[in-house]
Amino acid sequence: MTQATVQSKARLSSGSVAGKAKKPLSDGKRSERKLGWLLCLPAAVVMVVVTIYPIVYSVMLSLQRYDLRFPDKKGFVGFANYATVLTNSFWWRAFAVTMVITVVSVVFELVLGMTLAMVMHRTVIGKGFVRTLALIPYGIVTVAAAYGWQYAWTPNTGYLAQLPLWSGSAPLTHQASSLAIIILAEIWKTTPFMALLLMAGLAIVPEELQKAAAMDGASPWQRFTKVTLPLMKPAILVALLFRVLDAVRVYDNIYVLTNGANGTSSLSITTYHNLISGLNLGIGSTMSVLMFITVALIAFIFIKVFGTAAPGSENTGRR
Amino acid sequence: MAVVTTRQKASWSVANTIVALYALIPVLWILSLSLKDKSTFTDGHFIPRGWTFQNFIDIFQVGGFTRPLLNSIGIAVIATFIAIVIGTFAAYAIARLEFPGKRLMLGASLLIAMFPQVSLVTPMFQVERSIGLFNTWPGLILPYITFTLPLTIYTLSSFLREIPWELEKAAKMDGATPFQAFRQVIVPLAMPGVVTTAILAFIQCWNDFVFAISLTSTTSARTAPAAIAFFTGASQFEDPTGSIAAAAIVITIPIIIFVLIFQRRIVSGLTSGAVKG
Repeated sequence: MTQATVQSKARLSSGSVAGKAKKPLSDGKRSERKLGWLLCLPAAVVMVVVTIYPIVYSVMLSLQRYDLRFPDKKGFVGFANYATVLTNSFWWRAFAVTMVITVVSVVFELVLGMTLAMVMHRTVIGKGFVRTLALIPYGIVTVAAAYGWQYAWTPNTGYLAQLPLWSGSAPLTHQASSLAIIILAEIWKTTPFMALLLMAGLAIVPEELQKAAAMDGASPWQRFTKVTLPLMKPAILVALLFRVLDAVRVYDNIYVLTNGANGTSSLSITTYHNLISGLNLGIGSTMSVLMFITVALIAFIFIKVFGTAAPGSENTGRR
Repeated sequence: MAVVTTRQKASWSVANTIVALYALIPVLWILSLSLKDKSTFTDGHFIPRGWTFQNFIDIFQVGGFTRPLLNSIGIAVIATFIAIVIGTFAAYAIARLEFPGKRLMLGASLLIAMFPQVSLVTPMFQVERSIGLFNTWPGLILPYITFTLPLTIYTLSSFLREIPWELEKAAKMDGATPFQAFRQVIVPLAMPGVVTTAILAFIQCWNDFVFAISLTSTTSARTAPAAIAFFTGASQFEDPTGSIAAAAIVITIPIIIFVLIFQRRIVSGLTSGAVKG
């Protein structure tokens, strides 16, 4: 109780400080600004050096012919690399594969994650136990889990490959079944993360509203769809945004499970192979830039079309 | 919600059991593989028929897993430490101070959090090769700091906003020096948030594969997840299954320990960072 009053006072005072922003800066204000910049400086420098600079460099490389196998032929080629990549069927197949993996896994994760969030939020026994368990897939190294899945689906070695459903064929050698396994590995690993984000949203739905709805005769399902879901919309959108952008980068699971064979190569895998096996910096950078643009477009659509509150805007979320 | 009926208990037990099976079966399967005797890998049984610790002994004695493991620990610890230090500065400024550029700072870190890491691989590969950072610890520590900073800044600033800063003033009124007030009042209040954030940042570094496999070429800097991928084929074992499974279990152990000890904190860290952004 006392803590709450202290906090509300703090908010009041910080609010009044913000209100005076129009007046000429006092010495205190000015030193506060300086301190703010100074404290942000190291983080800003690291972020600029390690990401902004490579992005710019990447854009420059993407406009050049630059193949490490033929260093003499280096030169400015304008948008030729973009034309090469965008007319290449491998690129578009990787694009389609990435989108299929993203959409299917995120849809399943949303449904399963919501269920898991409900269990973690509402269970009356062993709450800590359930939450601890759910964190295991979240924390486990993706590559380690991916090898587990790979062996599980390898004929003779794996317990899953023996299911009668497959009748002896190797599931990781066909496109559809490989994609299904990649998606399964993604879903298993990231559903708990989705569930945790959604649980945070569940926590802000007031218990009284649920009770009031129940009094008015709403069934549990109606309460869920009419009360809980609308109130959780911001949390759901943020969780979706995070997960979609994460799924578009899918790399580790594919690397281990198929390494892009049988038409399962994602954008990340294709870009990586172009660099490490192809040593083609020009084309590789072009792919990097195109991937960046794809991700930026998705984020833009989420924020503008769905109205996802950009995390970081101060007035979002629980206060 | 006051009275918990037996029926409720029973149905929640079922739900909890399903969650347990979901989370544990894939992990137990890797554990089982790692404990299988070499001759029984291809029997397909979930529970090993011939038990052995040989796979674990092999990866350290013949498989050369010690070095990658040390690389992983060293790189993740250093990157986490630096990210926490500079992230705390920024988070403090964002949580407590008014200054222009605050939103830009948050926006930039959000951008980086969403950035496709693989887009950085090509330029970083080239830059690091030309300045001699390729295949070194700093060559991995740098990108790790960068990619853990957004998480660090978001999570920590939401923790710091919750601290009742008036207590600092109160302590000063009671005669504490500014340093004492900071050291004995604020630090203990901020510590849980810092520890939580450090765990999340460590998990993220520990998990990385894209940078580890692209920016290293030998075991001098290659981290454990990348080294596991190279067990296949290149190793002197006839069948890398046991080694891969054993190594996978070894790198899972720290995560299990963290989760067991810090469950509450990890959950609060992830949820606070998410909702408050």
